[in-house]
Formats: sequence, structure tokens, C-alpha cells
Amino acid sequence: MSLLRVENLSKEFGGVHAIADLNFTFNVGTIHSIIGPNGAGKTTLFNLISGIYTPTTGRVFLEDRDAHGLAPFELAAMGLSRTFQNLQIFFNMTALENVMVGLHMRLDSRFWPALLRIGGIGKKEQEAREQAAELMRFVGLEAYLDTDADAMPFGALKRLEIARALASEPKIILLDEPAAGLNTTETEEIDELIRKISETGVTVVLVEHDMRLVMGVSDHILVLDNGRKLGEGTATDIQSDPNVIQAYLGAGHLGNGDADD
Amino acid sequence: MTGKLMNPRSGGLLALAAFIVAVPFLLPNEFYFDVAVRAGINAIVCVGLNLLIGYAGQISLGHAGFLGLGAYTSAILTANYGWHPLAAMALGATLVGVLAFAVARPILRLKGHYLAMATLGLGIIISIVVNNEADVTGGPDGMMVPPLVVFGFEVYGEKIWYWLVGAGLLVSVWLALNIIFSPVGRALRSVHGSEVAAEVSGIDTARYKVMVFVISAILASAAGSFAAHYSGFITPSDVSFFKSIELVTMVVLGGMASIFGAVVGAVILTILPELLTWFSEYEHMIFGLILMLTMIFMPKGLIPTLSVKMRIQGGARVEGKQS
Repeated sequence: MSLLRVENLSKEFGGVHAIADLNFTFNVGTIHSIIGPNGAGKTTLFNLISGIYTPTTGRVFLEDRDAHGLAPFELAAMGLSRTFQNLQIFFNMTALENVMVGLHMRLDSRFWPALLRIGGIGKKEQEAREQAAELMRFVGLEAYLDTDADAMPFGALKRLEIARALASEPKIILLDEPAAGLNTTETEEIDELIRKISETGVTVVLVEHDMRLVMGVSDHILVLDNGRKLGEGTATDIQSDPNVIQAYLGAGHLGNGDADD
Repeated sequence: MTGKLMNPRSGGLLALAAFIVAVPFLLPNEFYFDVAVRAGINAIVCVGLNLLIGYAGQISLGHAGFLGLGAYTSAILTANYGWHPLAAMALGATLVGVLAFAVARPILRLKGHYLAMATLGLGIIISIVVNNEADVTGGPDGMMVPPLVVFGFEVYGEKIWYWLVGAGLLVSVWLALNIIFSPVGRALRSVHGSEVAAEVSGIDTARYKVMVFVISAILASAAGSFAAHYSGFITPSDVSFFKSIELVTMVVLGGMASIFGAVVGAVILTILPELLTWFSEYEHMIFGLILMLTMIFMPKGLIPTLSVKMRIQGGARVEGKQS
């Protein structure tokens, strides 16, 4: 059984084919990367998979279930989780509360018990706080537990999004440029975090421009250009794929691993 | 125990209860009780409106319409059809809840100015209806409303009303705090913070927006019924567009995303016109000015701004961003 399968997927924006006739299959328990130049359609693809956009044609399957027309929150319930390239943080909350929102599906969110405060809500909230704190430790944010999100540095907010995305206990997590805007040390920490997430059994799909990170961490790479698949395979396959080299990376860029777009 | 008192939920609720009990000792005569009752009724509306505006981040410029529907349902059913006031109040709240539910989905798909315009339109439609249906509402002249009857007793006099409204406010605040300090409340705040992030976290944002819109409309309706029975007379100007603006100003001044802020805002802006009676012709202008100045100099509102100041001076940490 494939975890994520995309069949003949297309998305048009007023005549522009952001994604055109795309097919691929991602399997369980591996780290996948989607690379391609700016405008290749990577973020559009994430938005299609996570239900934020509806495909013009084609289908997305999650664990062989047709995900067509499902809202993002329904896909979340099926085990899909994601982060955003341009951060989507709840700046009206503390860091811990941000992660607790990620726990939402696993908490009792019925209206009447909440309104009348029955059914041990106070105790369950305390447990949720502890779980969220545990996740913040997992991503290395133990120093920010009670910090207001709007008072946190950029690098920490990137991790906060990851912690929130993990809180829903996803089967698959989409990370949209987790290393963008980070320095070398922070990028190495993200690299480490991605491996740690993968070790817990969560399938990771990465969109990233940092080639050193992508080539080092990925089990499987999908290359997009102009919304089409240019090639796919392991890092070694990609680096030797003449199409990829010619159209995107350019000869000589791969060996020294610079980010370049 | 001290921990329990210090937490914003039970501690704040106790403080409000103590305040409600203490105020009568400071009020010299009936006139002040009258102001207090009207402040309390406004506060009940604002507690609900703040859930919508302050917590979920959705504007409404039409809540006077819901208040008006509650008030006129109570007035018409008790005056013209001899209904028991509490039954009329319950039916009014139900009708308003159903109306709010029906319009919420299409309206709450809109954002920002568009949502403001749509809710504004809704409020104005209701206001036009009560103005024009003179046969049942008395039109612009208004109509008399029989007194409220509870357990066979007529509620009469400012002092009795004070305790009734005080109890109603306390219950409203308790319910609102229950919602806020629960996964439901966090979901509401997440809609405000980032709708798309809330969705991918598994939150059905449309459901929560509808939910909070309906709750706030029902609270406004109940407060409207109270107001109608209390004053014994009701006119369309009590439920006009300006009333909606007044309510929003109370929420903004007191503090977005602060239940107690909503109460404080309602109290201040109910008292203010009484202090400035010689300014009464400029009342709307003054409210507009307060709204503008608050947005410019204190966008978070009175209570959140003050609590941040106190936190910095006292060096104390308050858990969570709710207050």
C-alpha cells in the first residue's frame, strides 16, 4: 500500500499550468524531497495534497483513499500534517498553546462539556499541556514553553510549526522549506530533527532549496520543473540524471552542494 | 488554594462576584442603580461579542439587530399575546439562534471589510423591519413592554433588577470562561491567529465560526429581552446601527480577547454618557473618537494593556495569553 499517491494531477491558475499531469507514489517510512527551481510548482503541490487547493484534474490518494474534495481538516484527520513556507503561527497565543492546537483532534472538543466544564476538562487540559511540552522538547524548544509566540525568534518559530504539525500524530508530514532563512548551524539542527522525525515512523516530505540538506537526508527525491516531473530517484540517481543536470541544477553545482535557485 | 485564586478563570470570576456584591454599597440612589443595570445588560452582550470579535477574530456590526430581535420578540409576545416573559425570552433566543445559524455560513465565509458590511446589512435590515412593521412593533414610536415575571413575582425596581442582571452577567462570564479555557476556546483563538494553520491542525474552522456567531447572537438576544422588560418601553433607536457600533466600541476599548475587558468596556461606556450629559448631542461622535483613539494608542484594549504593564512591573508571569 502506498502512503501518498498522485495520479494525473493538474492545477491551472487562469491558463497557467502550475502543476501539469503529475504522477508519483511515496511509500511509508522514508524521507522524500521535492525540489525544483522557483515557480516549479512545489508549494502548489503541497497545497493540493493538503486540501488547500482543489485540483483542476487528477486525484490525490492517502493510503489508497481518494482525498478529492476533502477539506484540510478532514485530511488532517486522515493523518496528513504540514508546515508553511511563510510561517503560519498563532501569534495570539503562547508557544505551548500553539502546539496544543496541534493536539486538537486528540482532545475532547465537544461544545456542551466545554461550556459547562464537565467531563474533567481541567485535568485533560493539564495532560495536553504536558504532551505539548514533551513535543517542544523533542524539537528543541524547551526554553520557550511559556513564551508568547510573537516574542520568539524566526528559527524557533520554524521548529514551533514542526512541533505543532507533529502534535496531531500524523502518518505523513509535509515540511515546506524548513531551512529557509536559517543559518548553517540551524540548518544542521533541522537536518537532525528531520531524521529524528523519520525514526519515529512518520513519513517526511520535504520541499527545500538547500541542496546539501536535501541530498544528505533524502531517501527519495522528486524533481519538478514548470509543474512537470523532471525526474525522480535517490540522491545519486538525481545527481547523475542528465535531464535534471541540464534543466535545473546545471553542471558542476552538485558536487559542492551549494543552494542555488 | 492560592493557585486557584490566582488563575484567571476562578480568580477573575470571584473578583467579578465580589465587585457585583460590593457596588450596591457605593450607589447612593436609584439613578445609579439604573446606570448599573444598563451597564450590566450591555456587559452581557459584550461578553458574547468579545468571544466573536476578540477571540475568534470575526467582526460583527449587526449585533444590535440580534439584541433587537430578542427585545421585540419579548415585547410583542408578552404585550400582545399574553405570553409568560420567560417563555417569550426563550423563544426569542431560539429564533435568534436559528437565524444566526442560517446566515452564519454564507456570511462568515467573508473576511475583513466584507464581513463587516454583511453584518452591518443584517443589522440594518432588522432595524428597518422593526421600524416599518408598525402594526406589531409600534413603529418608530416604540411599544410598551410588560414587566418581567420570575417564579410568579414581578421584577420591579432598579435594585431587584440589579441583582438579576448581576447574576445573569456572572453566569455569562462563567460560561464564556469555560469555553475559552477549553479546546473549543483554543480552536476559536486559532481561527483568529491563522485560519489555514487551524485547518491543517484538524480544526473545522467554519464550524467554530458558526458556533461562536450563534452563541454571541443568543447572548445578545437574551440581553435584549432583559433590556425590554427592564425599561418597560422599547423603540427602534434602541436597536439601531449606532447601538451596534456602541457595542463594538465597548469590546475594543475594554480589550479584545479579554472577557473581563468586555465587562469593563461596557461599564465605562455606559457610565460615560451619564457623566457627559451636556454632550449628549455629540454622543456618537465621542464614541467614534474613543474607538479611533483606542485603535491607535491601545489596540489591545484597556485590560490587556494594563495587565501587560502590571506583569512587567510586578515581574510576575501569568500563564497563557488569556486574561
